[in-house]
Amino acid sequence: MNLIVERERGLLELEKRIAELRAANAQQSLDLSPEIRALEEKYSQIQREIFGSMTPWQKVHMARHPNRPTAADYIAEFAQFDELHGDRHFRDDHAIVGGFAKLGERSVMAIAQQRGRDTKENLRRNFGMPSPEGYRKVQRLAHLASHLGLPIVTFVDTKGADPGIGSEERAQSEAIAACLYEFTVARVPIVATVIGEGGSGGALAMSIADRIIMLEHSYYSVASPEGCAAILWSDASKAEEAATRLKLTAQDLLQFGIADEIVPEPTGGAHRDPAGTISRVLKNIGDALDELASLPAAQLKEARYQKYRRIGAWQNERLEVVKTGP
Amino acid sequence: MPDWLPRRRAKNEQAEDAATWSKCPKCSEVLYRRDLAANLWVCPRCGHHFRMSAVDRINITVDGDFKEIGGDVLPGDPLEWVDKKKYATKLAGDREKSQLSEAVICGTGKIGGFETAIGVMDFHFRGGTMGTVVGERISMLLERAREFHLPCVIFTASGGARMEEGMLALMQLAKTTAAVARFREDGNFFVTVLTDPTTGGVSASFAFQADVIAAEPKAMIGFAGRRVIEQTIRQKLPDQFQTAEFLLEKGHIDMVVPRTDLKATLTRLLDYAAAGHRARTAAS
Repeated sequence: MNLIVERERGLLELEKRIAELRAANAQQSLDLSPEIRALEEKYSQIQREIFGSMTPWQKVHMARHPNRPTAADYIAEFAQFDELHGDRHFRDDHAIVGGFAKLGERSVMAIAQQRGRDTKENLRRNFGMPSPEGYRKVQRLAHLASHLGLPIVTFVDTKGADPGIGSEERAQSEAIAACLYEFTVARVPIVATVIGEGGSGGALAMSIADRIIMLEHSYYSVASPEGCAAILWSDASKAEEAATRLKLTAQDLLQFGIADEIVPEPTGGAHRDPAGTISRVLKNIGDALDELASLPAAQLKEARYQKYRRIGAWQNERLEVVKTGP
Repeated sequence: MPDWLPRRRAKNEQAEDAATWSKCPKCSEVLYRRDLAANLWVCPRCGHHFRMSAVDRINITVDGDFKEIGGDVLPGDPLEWVDKKKYATKLAGDREKSQLSEAVICGTGKIGGFETAIGVMDFHFRGGTMGTVVGERISMLLERAREFHLPCVIFTASGGARMEEGMLALMQLAKTTAAVARFREDGNFFVTVLTDPTTGGVSASFAFQADVIAAEPKAMIGFAGRRVIEQTIRQKLPDQFQTAEFLLEKGHIDMVVPRTDLKATLTRLLDYAAAGHRARTAAS
């Protein structure tokens, strides 16, 4: 069960009640406005309690909210989109959507991870977990973009790459490694936006970028909290503890210098105002592309290299590691 | 050779006196450790390849001297990670257990007469996981190799990205990829030897970006770990799944090479690449 869905249920009821009272108020001679004000106050108090300072675990749930705008909602706001399908080898993976697009006047290559909005669509899209053929489609489209000189715009939203038998048989590792390589050598600007979940290598495969934008309540992590808990403590139920320790929120990543900017969400999350959120994100993507457009390919690639070369913290003093005696 | 390498070897011999015998985990044969070492840690009865320490690997692969690169790059604790233990305490335990400063040793040396940049990962240090130090040392190695036009051979052994360093660990996939790309774009030769096990973030980055990918027999290689897949599909996987032989059959790797043939095989590969390099240099 999604924590946010659970907690916002009371709020939605209050909202409904306020709307009813307002409607009644408009019709009746009786003045209901003191009651309305009292409810509105209660509403904003609960809202502050829930969303005032969210824990990392709550943010993970916000990122997974079933009503949260998905990549398709963002792509729908592009002026034009012509989808390209398939990896040319095996299959068209519906967890990846990509193609030529117009962001305002600008031609770009848009590539996105697409989760489903209901069970039926989730089955078709494998819950947004791409298979190797999905990553090979990503790689193909990124290569085409670089070939044509079109900037690459990606939307990241996945728990991680698909961990099934078929994916192993078709070399998931190689498919992701090849994506990382393609994005590294691309001669065009790349802007990646984490709109929901950024799970592990499966997310990184689409987010080696010159600019990384994160939504306020998105997360990006070395492994999903459940995955991390399973790996370290063989206990997926310790996911909340993992989420706390992993430093996976957008705010953490801005501090690490991995995310470049954060797009604020309305109180209650992106799904409370999808249109507003999406237009802010697209505006930031456009601004980032404007800044990057003037850079020659060689300079762009050099800056990208240096950006990733710098990331990482280590001590530079030599430790004495050898003990010769018992 | 780093100054602690010979000392590590001396210590190893002491340990061998205390534990002279090892049991093969595959066939249960009890083996005299000195015989096992002489047979390159391959069980003489069933051919099981024991997981090797990075130092032993360097000793059986490199002709003579080995000049370490990045040995002074040591782990910090960027997330100030604590679970049952502090990350710093875990690292201290790994240092004690493995006698290594991190999960990879990088450097230069000769393989069959060919000067080569060599990286060797060690599963005994934090499961060979890649954190910032592994990413940094591998990148330094590839940069050095690029500078001197050396071929590069990396032996992988890794459980993936290191959880305790969070996103900074994941970013090492990007960092090493960038280093591999630069290295290869200059026309240099990159070989990986996948040893047991190679999974997660290492298999999904430089391990599978090489020009030639070799693997040791029966090495477990894959993206997702066996346990994760079994939990996802709720059934047992066949024994052969994700082995080197399975990957060879599926077309993911170039060759499966027994450890006893590995040095000779690498030498031949380096020779082909050197011939190509000479031809290109002569033509330009």
